[in-house]
Amino acid sequence: MHIPDGYLSPATCAALYVASAPFWYTAFSKIKRLLSTRLVPLISVFAAFSFVIMMFNLPLPGGTTGHAVGMAVTTIVLGPWGSILAISVALLIQALFFGDGGITAFGANCFNMAIVGSLVAYVVYRLIAGRAAISSPRRAVAAAVAGYLAINMAALLAAIEFGIQPGLFHDASGAPLYAPYPLGVAIPAMMLGHLTIAGLAELVVSGGVVAYLQRSEPSLLKLTAPGAAEDGGAAAAMPRGGWRVARPLLILLAIMMILSPLGLVATGTAWGEWAPEDFANTEARQEIQAGSGNAAPPAVVPPGMERLSDVWSAVIPDYDPFQSRDVNIQRIGYLISALVGGGLILLACLLISWVAQLVGGGRKPTADSG
Amino acid sequence: MAVAEAKSVAPARRRRKSFVERTIIGLAEAMEQSLYAEELAQADGMLQRIDPRVKVVGMLALLAAAALSRNISVILGLFAGALLLARMSQVPLRTLVSRVWAPALLFTGMLALPAIFITPGQPMARLPILGWTITAQGVSGATYLITRVETAATFSLLLILCTPWAHVLKALRVLQVPVVGVVILGMTYRYIFLMLQIARDMFESRQSRMVGRLAGSDQRRLAGASVGVLLSKSFQLSNDIYMAMQSRGFRGEVYTLDEFVMRRGDWLALAGFTLVAGAALWLGRL
Repeated sequence: MHIPDGYLSPATCAALYVASAPFWYTAFSKIKRLLSTRLVPLISVFAAFSFVIMMFNLPLPGGTTGHAVGMAVTTIVLGPWGSILAISVALLIQALFFGDGGITAFGANCFNMAIVGSLVAYVVYRLIAGRAAISSPRRAVAAAVAGYLAINMAALLAAIEFGIQPGLFHDASGAPLYAPYPLGVAIPAMMLGHLTIAGLAELVVSGGVVAYLQRSEPSLLKLTAPGAAEDGGAAAAMPRGGWRVARPLLILLAIMMILSPLGLVATGTAWGEWAPEDFANTEARQEIQAGSGNAAPPAVVPPGMERLSDVWSAVIPDYDPFQSRDVNIQRIGYLISALVGGGLILLACLLISWVAQLVGGGRKPTADSG
Repeated sequence: MAVAEAKSVAPARRRRKSFVERTIIGLAEAMEQSLYAEELAQADGMLQRIDPRVKVVGMLALLAAAALSRNISVILGLFAGALLLARMSQVPLRTLVSRVWAPALLFTGMLALPAIFITPGQPMARLPILGWTITAQGVSGATYLITRVETAATFSLLLILCTPWAHVLKALRVLQVPVVGVVILGMTYRYIFLMLQIARDMFESRQSRMVGRLAGSDQRRLAGASVGVLLSKSFQLSNDIYMAMQSRGFRGEVYTLDEFVMRRGDWLALAGFTLVAGAALWLGRL
């Protein structure tokens, strides 16, 4: 995640310094106005905190370990502007003194992690946490999701920055001068690690810290919880299991499920989602060519694609459980696929919510700090 | 006999370190690294004798030249220059290998390797069994990336190994970093060590009370609680520091002692850095 020197062109680095500058300026002005003389020690100590937690080896489900950036934790406690400053300072110290992340790429690293990471974490946390009480398990879940999405958004940005390099910066022979992979390779390669290990590390640390602070020091969570319901009031009114909590999300999911037949209106195959048999079909070949900037598809099925296409057979192939030729039955099948998919997502959400309750709300308050 | 006995009782497989142990080791390594840098910054070498402001500007210029060059020979020339500078500044080759070259080569090398096959271009060779084609553009692209990363990382490391951190921070003023920014950076650097110490103590105390291995969920709870404790200690610490600063007369204005004086050698070094960076930019433009 920390982009070293040499991966991004100086032009990209300069552009990201320029993009970061207004955020740094605004963050500095806002925090200085709020804190005045308290600014220096607070940001310094929190930058040191950010730096140290980036070094923690976090245990993840499955026995592996990973490092987190802690952007959601810092954002929840300091607010997004304080977090932008603290993480930027921590990243500068890392780049200057520990060689972690480049000096020319410092602007890019700050833009991805300190700025976008903090802002995404803030928006997601506020959206999911809503007006829930400080001690509500919903806040721990909100923090975990905020951390997960923030680091993945930062990783996506880094992947885009890598991915645009070969097209924009190459020598006369066409050899890439900086990061060599195009977007089609850079994004999946980067996201694979972040959707799993790095994302989980951020999820564990964000949810875990908020759950801990709820028990031991809830006052630290108040800054980003304006209008939080009084503990015992809304929290007591809220049924365990959090159906009320999840209501907006469920409504959204229901709308998406209702809208899913819109997929039937769309014609053709999504770009890049071709099946091996499409290469032998004249109509499909024309469609691939038209959608690929008029580049002719290979005459035969790529051998790797042919080999790998048999590795996994979907339970509901092509969203068509009945595999019927009748269009009406296909439509019903499409709708059923949406319902089954939605149900599976719901089941996953319930499972996450149950785990979160076990972690966040299942124990009595304790003063033990480890 | 004793050796044989020791061998026979040694576990056949090395025990996998727990996350607590690994974190303790990581935190201790970070502290060792900076102590070593401070020690090396006191050595009597060429870079150590140069004014920190010249070093910051000079190293950044060389770094920019390496980043901008479109010619591998020029990047390699700059890398050779970095090696020469390290030699003249008593920076051991072993330090460069272990701190920069090996990790950068391993990480960037692994990352760049597939590029030699998947970058479209003129075929150069074919792998015998797999049948993958190596392209000239792929090899050039991977070489650009690896040489650039190694050269840039060497210059950055030389700057920090040959300059006390307090001087690096103060020298940032020439780059128009606001005074308050320099003070925040300085305080952060100082408190990083205190936080590292606190974190290490926390993990060591937990480690000393633990028998056996913790379950995965307990490990995660412990990690979350440790970060939470560190967070609340940070708040407490920042309040204590603020009160200590106020009691010593801090009213928001920040001053730094600016005792740097440019001597003839510093001007010469500045001219040298500028000349080399300028030449590299000129030669590496195509």
